[in-house]
Amino acid sequence: MASEAVYSHRDPMLKKRDDFEDILEERRNCSDLRYALKCYTPVVYKGLTPCKAGVLKNMVLQSDQLHYVINQVSKETGKAPEDVQEEASAILEEMAHRMQLSTVRFFAFTLCKVFKTLFRSICVNEEGIQRLQQAIQEHPVVLLPSHRSYMDFLLMSYILFTYDLALPVIAAGMDFMGMKIVGEMLRMSGAFFIRRSFGGDKLYWAVFSEYVKTILKNGLAPVEFFLEGTRSRTAKSLTPKLGLLNIVMDPFLKGEVFDINVVPVSISYERILEETLYARELLGVPKPKESTSGLFKARRVLSEDYGSIHVYFGQPVSVRSLAEGRVNRCQFNLTPRHIPKRPSDDVHSFVNAAAYRLVRAQEENMVLKPWVLLASLLLQNHHQDLDQDRAAGPERGMGLDELTEEALWLRDVCRQYGAFLHWPDHVPPSEVVSSSLDLHRGLVRISEGRVRLAVEHAAGPSGPGVHPGAGPEEQLLNQAVVVLSCASYRNQALHVFLRPALLASAMHIATSSNKQEVFNSFSFLRNMFSNEFILCPGATMQDFEEACFLLVKTGVLQITEQEVLSTHRGHRTLAFLTRMMDPFLQGYQVICMFLCEEASEALTEKTFIPAVRGFMVKQLLSGRLRYTEVLSSDLQKNALAALLRLGAVLKTKGADQTTLKVNRVMVNSLEDTLGGKLPTQKAAVARL
Amino acid sequence: SAFTSGVSLESSPNTMEHIKCPILQEIMKWNGWGYVDSKFQFNKKGQAEFTGKRYRLSGMVMPALKEWFESTFGASLQHKTPAIPNSSAVQPPILNEAFVEDLKSTGIPFSQDAEDRVFRAHGHCLHEIFALREGKVGRVPDMVVWPSNHNDVVKIVELACKHNVCLIPYGGGTSVSSALECPPEETRTIVSVDTSQMNRILWIDEKNLTAHVEAGIVGQELERLLNESGYCTGHEPDSMEFSSLGGWVATRASGMKKNIYGNIEDLVVHIRMVTPQGVIEKSCQGPRMSTGPDIHHFILGSEGTLGVVTEVTMKIRPMPEYQKYGSVVFPNFEQGVACLREVLTLITNVFAGHALKPQKFYITKFKGFDPNRLCVATLLFEGDRERVLQHEKQVYDIAAKFGGLAAGEDNGQRGYMLTFVIAYLRDLGMDYYVIGESFETSVPWDRVLDICRNVKERIIRECKERGVQFPPLSTCRVTQTYDAGACVYFYFAFNYRGLSDPVHVYEQVEHAARDEILANGGSLSHHHGVGKLRKEWMRETVSRVGMGMLKSVKDYVDPGNIFGNRNLL
Repeated sequence: MASEAVYSHRDPMLKKRDDFEDILEERRNCSDLRYALKCYTPVVYKGLTPCKAGVLKNMVLQSDQLHYVINQVSKETGKAPEDVQEEASAILEEMAHRMQLSTVRFFAFTLCKVFKTLFRSICVNEEGIQRLQQAIQEHPVVLLPSHRSYMDFLLMSYILFTYDLALPVIAAGMDFMGMKIVGEMLRMSGAFFIRRSFGGDKLYWAVFSEYVKTILKNGLAPVEFFLEGTRSRTAKSLTPKLGLLNIVMDPFLKGEVFDINVVPVSISYERILEETLYARELLGVPKPKESTSGLFKARRVLSEDYGSIHVYFGQPVSVRSLAEGRVNRCQFNLTPRHIPKRPSDDVHSFVNAAAYRLVRAQEENMVLKPWVLLASLLLQNHHQDLDQDRAAGPERGMGLDELTEEALWLRDVCRQYGAFLHWPDHVPPSEVVSSSLDLHRGLVRISEGRVRLAVEHAAGPSGPGVHPGAGPEEQLLNQAVVVLSCASYRNQALHVFLRPALLASAMHIATSSNKQEVFNSFSFLRNMFSNEFILCPGATMQDFEEACFLLVKTGVLQITEQEVLSTHRGHRTLAFLTRMMDPFLQGYQVICMFLCEEASEALTEKTFIPAVRGFMVKQLLSGRLRYTEVLSSDLQKNALAALLRLGAVLKTKGADQTTLKVNRVMVNSLEDTLGGKLPTQKAAVARL
Repeated sequence: SAFTSGVSLESSPNTMEHIKCPILQEIMKWNGWGYVDSKFQFNKKGQAEFTGKRYRLSGMVMPALKEWFESTFGASLQHKTPAIPNSSAVQPPILNEAFVEDLKSTGIPFSQDAEDRVFRAHGHCLHEIFALREGKVGRVPDMVVWPSNHNDVVKIVELACKHNVCLIPYGGGTSVSSALECPPEETRTIVSVDTSQMNRILWIDEKNLTAHVEAGIVGQELERLLNESGYCTGHEPDSMEFSSLGGWVATRASGMKKNIYGNIEDLVVHIRMVTPQGVIEKSCQGPRMSTGPDIHHFILGSEGTLGVVTEVTMKIRPMPEYQKYGSVVFPNFEQGVACLREVLTLITNVFAGHALKPQKFYITKFKGFDPNRLCVATLLFEGDRERVLQHEKQVYDIAAKFGGLAAGEDNGQRGYMLTFVIAYLRDLGMDYYVIGESFETSVPWDRVLDICRNVKERIIRECKERGVQFPPLSTCRVTQTYDAGACVYFYFAFNYRGLSDPVHVYEQVEHAARDEILANGGSLSHHHGVGKLRKEWMRETVSRVGMGMLKSVKDYVDPGNIFGNRNLL
């Protein structure tokens, strides 16, 4: 299998990671102004021929590639080439960055102040910085930070400025440009703006890709963009978008540069600024349009404590070594390189595999705080309370000691799975727990020594709820805001548990402990959830082996030639893992149920989310469904994408809308398989 | 003799005395490049000098060379690796007695002498010369025959077919593709067919400007003889002192003046080749024909796998009235390449040739130019005086547009001269732990800069990864230009102190460099040929069907694999 080497896994315990330095510490002791005005002389790419912004634009407009597309567009539309050239020039004008050191210094100064107010520390792995510095000199560099907050790219530039590294140009969504002054300032600090969708617009694509490639090829600046395309509202990594990655790999594949270094960067926030904003958005309260005034309203956030940020600059990945043996570069020999061409199948699957690998590299170096474990435990406890109808009684929640004990247990499991967990071992566990709960006090209630999620009252005007005291549906949504916020922290650790958890669930739904059957179930689940989680395409076998390896190593399973058996002491882990997956399994089942029972002929892509949400609310209120988490539009979209991919739902393009056609038999059988009611037949698995 | 043979050879009555001019072998090195009397060496003062009297450089002392040599390679005059003066035991010949008997009866001279056999068992690849310097000899031909005309070759090939003997044609021995290496698995008698005695110009046709020449003639001799009659071919490959007309045809050779005169395929009008199936040739000397695929193109580049080229009719031209060298210094390689491209589109003849080399050691300082980036183009103009001068001016004007400054005739001439002595430099390096080689490719214009950068970088990186302790020399030059692209040469050398198997490291790096060339849109070879060195890439180069075509030609022409050097396919 071609993808094997890309995802090869080792014993996760052997992962070596760098130490962190807090870059705010120095800022608290010396002048911010002096810092912002410091001498800034970054090392540059060895092959750099420096050029001004105007020259860059000319290079793009004069490029063979753009000329070709301009002529093509002119022929197709009948417009004069000069007019198309004008359009191209206007697109470039709208897109291009205008980096100015003075603006960067202004941001550096302002951000110092803001960061010091918001965060306890910003920790950076300095060895990663050194590696990056080296990489920048050798080859053009692409920075790929994870994307969890608006903060991300300001933070990145701030850190690079602090360490005297070349400032990146950053691909930003056009929506930022709506923020009048801020948009222009971002532009002057290195952002360039791209429209969110320009699918069929050849000219736009040509200008855009040539702009990025010109910067990259000439080593003018590191290019930074978000592989995930947008901020993850759930804190789970998103399925990587390939457009920009294709563009930045192109110069290497076509031999225009010797190599390109891609550097995954993992930014982990102890507390996310947009926490409840995201939860509301997922619940269908529309996202406020980015506006400058909106940003100022967010000033309230300035008065709160957001803990610390960890930024880990990963090992630079050489595109050349990634492509070695995977892409035959000779395929570009027979047509002029400036003629745009769709990527061939092998290039596409190479870029796709590389993208997954890079997202996984981001995940692996995400720092997990103790709260992530607490959130996971509290969430599970919350559901058990609901299950056992003690949600209102004095027994609800967890005793602090119990929570601490469970957290310590989970901490050890986590470490065995190779998680990058920052648990302060020198602090007594009870203090670790209480300070974590304190930082996230908006999400938990502590009374009489018991801890639970803060779901029952709307939490007052400053709290995260939607509206205080209202009808049952609003109450449900209020609860859901807290649950989803909490789930977003649990999600930070999902990648650690994902493979073992899929195996645990597979054992649960498989009809026997026969190894082949368990593998079939595993493979089914993995396939079903491949839009939900980062699961590298074509790596089912490795994922299964990794899961087996971890669970056998930790004494949870015994695996023979024929059978997968749980051990007595493995029960606790298996139960935890199964409970972790359960909301997703149930969510997908409910969606299947909706499609079979309620979906009308007129269901469209647009009406899908509101309709399914309405159905779920009914189910939740009637007590037939316990996981409010399933109200997340993210889960609903992912499930639909999976069903479309599997062919259980078909899209039919109409005149003005796309309707969804449900294959009820197939959806029904998927629902039953998810619920463990149907064996994962070999045939079904093969078809999937 | 420099050889000690492991067996006492029966001296054949037919050998040597019949041979009119076995000269080359006697005045040439057996384990290095060129003439015995000509070589670079460091004298007692530590200054480099070039010995002998044959070249303009001969007798000159070059103080700068030592510094360049030491600083480029980290080499030191204290660390020597002299060649072993004689070779180890040569395997006794495998003789097909019946063939030998029949051959004797033809009266064609032959030899089983170890020295003769070793001399014809190799070309000039690094690994071949390195092994010889260490005194190591592998499988060598069992006999050498010296046909003196076409009919002799016909007889030899007939006898070889009759007795199932393997023939390997041998011209000037300047191959750099392992083409002359004897396949170690060959169990039949291997006979080296040395064409050096077939060295006459049979006739000159002044009406049609053609000359009919025996294929064993070497380049400088051909040019000298034609010059006596006031003509030239204009075909001047770097190896022209030693390489033969038949060799040029068999490898698709290219010369540095090809812009005026053309490459070998443009120069030949008629070819005669002896194959196991008989003689192949066209029936007339028409300048061009539409008679199906040109059969010359089965012969050109056949690398000795189909037969022996015996006679060639070549185009000739009156010797140029006027010749002028020139040179231009560019601030960098990029500008130089752009300039050459433009020169080519504007000036089609007169501009005989040029070579563009970055960072040459003979021009290190030039006003205002970064010595690490500057690049020199050497130029040669030929033709009638007026037009030469007119075009010379045009070229310099164009060069100026690209920041190029005229750097004088002397530099130009020196550049050309260096072309001939550069191969001697490798021998000097090999005396001091430095091994190297050049290899070439052809590539479309738009990829020239990319391929140069990427291949040079790949070489450096591969050396590092393979434990080479010193930074390698990794450089390139553009030596030929075409409308659609250029020929690029790469020079690669390194100091191998500290490596246990330097030749293996060298080969791995060259292999990687060739992969890189192909991945960057370069060809497998512009004019060196494939031989056995580059065979593995043939299928992807010419496609599966292309391979099938070539194979079926071989199968028809030589079903018994008499021409068994195993090149190409």
